[in-house]
Amino acid sequence: MDGPGIPALKHARAFAPGAGSGAEAAFAGAPGPALTIEDVSHAYGARRALDGVSFAVPAGGFAALLGLNGAGKTTLMSLITRLFDTRHGRIRVQGCDVARRPSAALAELGVVFQARTLDLDLSVRDNLLYHAALHGMGRAAARGRVAAVLRDVGLSERARDKARNLSGGQMRRIEIARALMHEPSVLVLDEPTVGLDVASKAAIVAEVRSLSRARGVAVLWATHLLDEVEPGDQVIVLHAGRVLAQGELAEVIAAGRATDLRSAFQALTGATGPGGEGGGEVGGAA
Amino acid sequence: MSATATARLHRRLGPGGYLICLRGIMWREGLRFVHQRGRFLAALVRPLVWLVIFAAGWREVLGVSIMPPYHTYILYSTYVVPGLLAMVQFFYGMQSSLSMVYDREMGNMRVLLVSPFPRWFLLMSKLTASTAISVFQCYAFLVIAWLWGIDLPQTAWLAVLPALLLCGFMLGAMGMVLSSLVRQLENFAGVMNFVIFPMFFASSALYPLWQVQQSSPLLYQACRLNPFTYAVELTRFSLYSTMNPIALGVVLACSVVFTAAAILAYDPARGLLARRPGAGG
Repeated sequence: MDGPGIPALKHARAFAPGAGSGAEAAFAGAPGPALTIEDVSHAYGARRALDGVSFAVPAGGFAALLGLNGAGKTTLMSLITRLFDTRHGRIRVQGCDVARRPSAALAELGVVFQARTLDLDLSVRDNLLYHAALHGMGRAAARGRVAAVLRDVGLSERARDKARNLSGGQMRRIEIARALMHEPSVLVLDEPTVGLDVASKAAIVAEVRSLSRARGVAVLWATHLLDEVEPGDQVIVLHAGRVLAQGELAEVIAAGRATDLRSAFQALTGATGPGGEGGGEVGGAA
Repeated sequence: MSATATARLHRRLGPGGYLICLRGIMWREGLRFVHQRGRFLAALVRPLVWLVIFAAGWREVLGVSIMPPYHTYILYSTYVVPGLLAMVQFFYGMQSSLSMVYDREMGNMRVLLVSPFPRWFLLMSKLTASTAISVFQCYAFLVIAWLWGIDLPQTAWLAVLPALLLCGFMLGAMGMVLSSLVRQLENFAGVMNFVIFPMFFASSALYPLWQVQQSSPLLYQACRLNPFTYAVELTRFSLYSTMNPIALGVVLACSVVFTAAAILAYDPARGLLARRPGAGG
């Protein structure tokens, strides 16, 4: 599980379970955390999917959650979005506990799931209006937001098209637009570029970064593609349900005693790339 | 959370927000119904086959003797109408649950479940929407039955509405529970074989219970334990503006039990869904 000669968690900035101030301490100097994960564990029967995961994403920050397939990213996303209940540990969105105050927490959360979740039989506009209704937005306000978010993702002209007529990249952009409809302060994306071509991937990463900067939205970006990480990002390395390292990109590289993120990731996780020991893909060349 | 964000939250999640959410879910179900005309036609054709072919064949053979709520001898084709109305609702309830399984597989379900409104409210809204559509289908069937010559009291059109709403809710809730138990779409065929057909045939939809009792006491007991029987009887009595307290009580009780079970099944803390690992990392 641990990288060769690298003791797991030695470099991870873990904080004590339930310590509310731990999140602030983790990213000293940054604005208060928009999303806090504290000592979260989850199991499917006897199989442990997450084990004491702790990290925080500051307001307006961009955090990349790096992990191979099966690392626990989707389980963590399911807990953050309360598809599953958090039985051990605590997750807070803008200070609201997802388990205790789910309405307040979910209202501040925009979500892009790994699977496509647009209703293919509805138009782009109707998909967005449906989402707005699910967040209690009145019809007039929703129509205004539809125009704004479609403009933001550059797809205003596709508003009346059926979702099934969009390309994979366009669907993803609509899902991002939908996640931003209710003006959340935290955006979580679960491997949003999976299955897209290189150009679409780059466009979507750039779009989310730009929207995050423009609106001060905190982003948690789960991925197994290393080239989606940029120097200013917070990086969290998740492997076999545990956080092996986290911090600024340079800190994670240092934690892996490497010169680049790919080598650091491989050193930390023991993964050797596609088809390697880690059993999953490590893409990109950051 | 900032003061502006808090104010926005209170506005959206207040009573007005609940209404907007309910309206949105009903609107989406309505749109899907409109877009899937084939489903609507299939829902109408199924009971019409029974009415136009099966019941027409039996009408000369089977007369139904005087029994409540009827005040005179009736033709078999008149007898089966309440059962076929319940059939329309039963099949729509199952179709709706099938679409929930599909939504869950395709991921659309997550969009609903991450709404900030309480899970029970979201499921109730979905149930309300599917009930409204099943009632609409029932009225479409009633119009065709009336054109086919089925004689119904003039008051039947309005008097049956509460029963249709209640039965639609019960059968929709039952479908929702089933949808939480079915793991994959292809497994839903089993539901047809092991739930829908046995429940439909082991009920008073096609034959009066006293006739069933004469031919098979065991089947009679099965019919009496079947909630679908009470949905049929509640509908039958309502068509003739007559109250059947036992049927009403059973349908009400089953509605409560099935709705509670559905809410429990979709509860992230206790539900069955939480025990299943999702795809991906």
